[in-house]
Amino acid sequence: MKTDSVLEKVLNAGELAVTSECGPPRGSVPEKIRQKAEMLKGYIDAVNVTDNQTAMVRMSSFAAGVFLRQLGLHPILQMVTRDRNRLAMQADILGAYAHGINTMLCLSGDHPYFGDHPMAAPVHDLDSIQFVQLVKKMREEGRFQGGGEIENPPKMFIGAAANPFADPFELRVARLAKKVAAGADFIQTQCIYNVDKFEKWMEGVCQRGLHQKCYILAGVTPLKSVGMARYMKNKVPGMDVPQELVDRMAGVPKDKQAEEGIQICVETIERLKMVKGVAGFHIMAIEWEQKVPEIVERAGLYPRPKVE
Amino acid sequence: MITAERKPLEEIIDSIRPFQRILLVGCNECVTVCAAGGRKEVGILSSLLQMSFLKQGKNLQIREHTLERQCDPEYVEELTSLVDGVEAILSMACGCGVQELSRRFKNKPVFPAVNTTFMGASERQGVWAERCRGCGDCLLGITGGICPIARCSKQLMNGPCGGSTSGKCEISPEVDCAWQLIWDRLKLLGLENRYEEIIPAKDWRPGGAAGPRKIIREDLAE
Amino acid sequence: MEAFEPVIIAFCCHYCAYTAADMAGSQRLCYPPNVKIIRVPCSGKVDTLHLLKAFENGADGVYVAGCLEGDCHFKSGNVRAAKRVAQVRQLLDEIGIGGERVEMVNLSAGMGERFAEMARQITEKIRKLGPNPIRNITRLAS
Repeated sequence: MKTDSVLEKVLNAGELAVTSECGPPRGSVPEKIRQKAEMLKGYIDAVNVTDNQTAMVRMSSFAAGVFLRQLGLHPILQMVTRDRNRLAMQADILGAYAHGINTMLCLSGDHPYFGDHPMAAPVHDLDSIQFVQLVKKMREEGRFQGGGEIENPPKMFIGAAANPFADPFELRVARLAKKVAAGADFIQTQCIYNVDKFEKWMEGVCQRGLHQKCYILAGVTPLKSVGMARYMKNKVPGMDVPQELVDRMAGVPKDKQAEEGIQICVETIERLKMVKGVAGFHIMAIEWEQKVPEIVERAGLYPRPKVE
Repeated sequence: MITAERKPLEEIIDSIRPFQRILLVGCNECVTVCAAGGRKEVGILSSLLQMSFLKQGKNLQIREHTLERQCDPEYVEELTSLVDGVEAILSMACGCGVQELSRRFKNKPVFPAVNTTFMGASERQGVWAERCRGCGDCLLGITGGICPIARCSKQLMNGPCGGSTSGKCEISPEVDCAWQLIWDRLKLLGLENRYEEIIPAKDWRPGGAAGPRKIIREDLAE
Repeated sequence: MEAFEPVIIAFCCHYCAYTAADMAGSQRLCYPPNVKIIRVPCSGKVDTLHLLKAFENGADGVYVAGCLEGDCHFKSGNVRAAKRVAQVRQLLDEIGIGGERVEMVNLSAGMGERFAEMARQITEKIRKLGPNPIRNITRLAS
């Protein structure tokens, strides 16, 4: 065990882990975090707190993470290199750890082009892989990136993201290998609709033994409507939604589409359970957190194992 | 070259509105190549300003001159006789040239007529694209001759990110994914193995993080 | 008060437009004397600067006459000319002179009638637009 992270404990015990997401509010409204936390508590091992997702300003993942910790959940602190330099990142990591947050996800971040501040200067002092190296150095060597010693160094369970559906496909296993070599302990993937393609990626991953060096959590997102399916397919870069799924959603009357979306999600999880190397699931039900408990139950993942 | 684009006419006219006699200076190098501030562009801007002022019922005397470069004091010196009696200087050179004129002719207000944009190369006639960010520690030798700092929207040194789509960047189908280009080139050169070598965190000091930069050549400087 | 007589400059390419003008002449076709022809080897020789200078010097209207599309003696000079005319339209709009005062036309060497017709049409168009706003303003010698 490298850290005290509950997520690490669950994964280490050989259980399928379940994580989900909590997007902080677009204002100083801790009540909204509390509401989401209530919905998720007990159904997940740890919860991602997103960091200015899609480059839209929200309450900082650090602050929201502290609230979640106080409510008894285990936050996975997401941090993007787009918005802060290495000083700020290390400072936030020290602060988060001091608040009992011991799991994090190192990301580059969506380009400001997509968000509400396209005029802002992106930082990118580091990229996500260099960021993983930085967090590992803090934990293993007890040193800052610049070399100085850290008092009570933070022991973070380090996560990174992987997208088997982005181009070029031939690089996607090698990119995972880089993140693992940099020190990633676990990976969460982009949400999976094209299970065939995911299986192909996992073959490459397992061939190189990467699934044994790092835990891979498969991402899933329930579709709410055929409109959402089409939007994800056509407008979101790096997303692969097979036409059959769009057709399946379209073939169902509007008031039944949400239910169909949940059904597809549960079926996907069942299929993914069979894929070698999958160590758990990351359920991203954005602005639909109330469905997470149902998905977890129907996928046979409830109750969560007790490891604390 | 350093690329630039002429400022909107309204903005230029606004900046020289109070004056009646100006010196309009072009530059024969970078801004000539990107058709923003060379001899021809000086003629064009001069004609437009003349017509605009006349239409307002005002007179504007424009002295036109194009220097070989505006970023070298020896060339700037050529303007000494031309600034006599002139109330303001309008420069069509990049920011470097504008500042050199400002430094030499302290008593004349100097205005930029172009917006300096990036260091780039010509893709074809009439099209110039960004290539270099002046990071001061060139890594083109290990990235197959394609710069991830200038050409990757997130300046990733270990890309591509998860938004790369069919060889294009997530922000626009008009923008190439630099890491797709790098990977394609590494393959052509038989250097695929290099991809997994992690490029470590960059020291940004040579790139300007340590303050405005200067090069002093001891063998050349007097 | 004198009626306004527009001054119009026509840049005509040697191979098509000028030859058509010549044909109009030999056929004794009438077209307004407002149109002053400047012969150029190719419409692509006409630069943005030439067009602007014409207006700066008081022309009320300007047109560039080149070969029909695909027939340029120098391959694509007429295409370049068209792009420059489009650019000048925009610039003239920006400074308030009026982009409608400049246009690009295409015709072939045998179109004597057409040349005369175009000259008439454009003269009338400019007559309706009125004089170049800076035409009668005196300038200081530089």
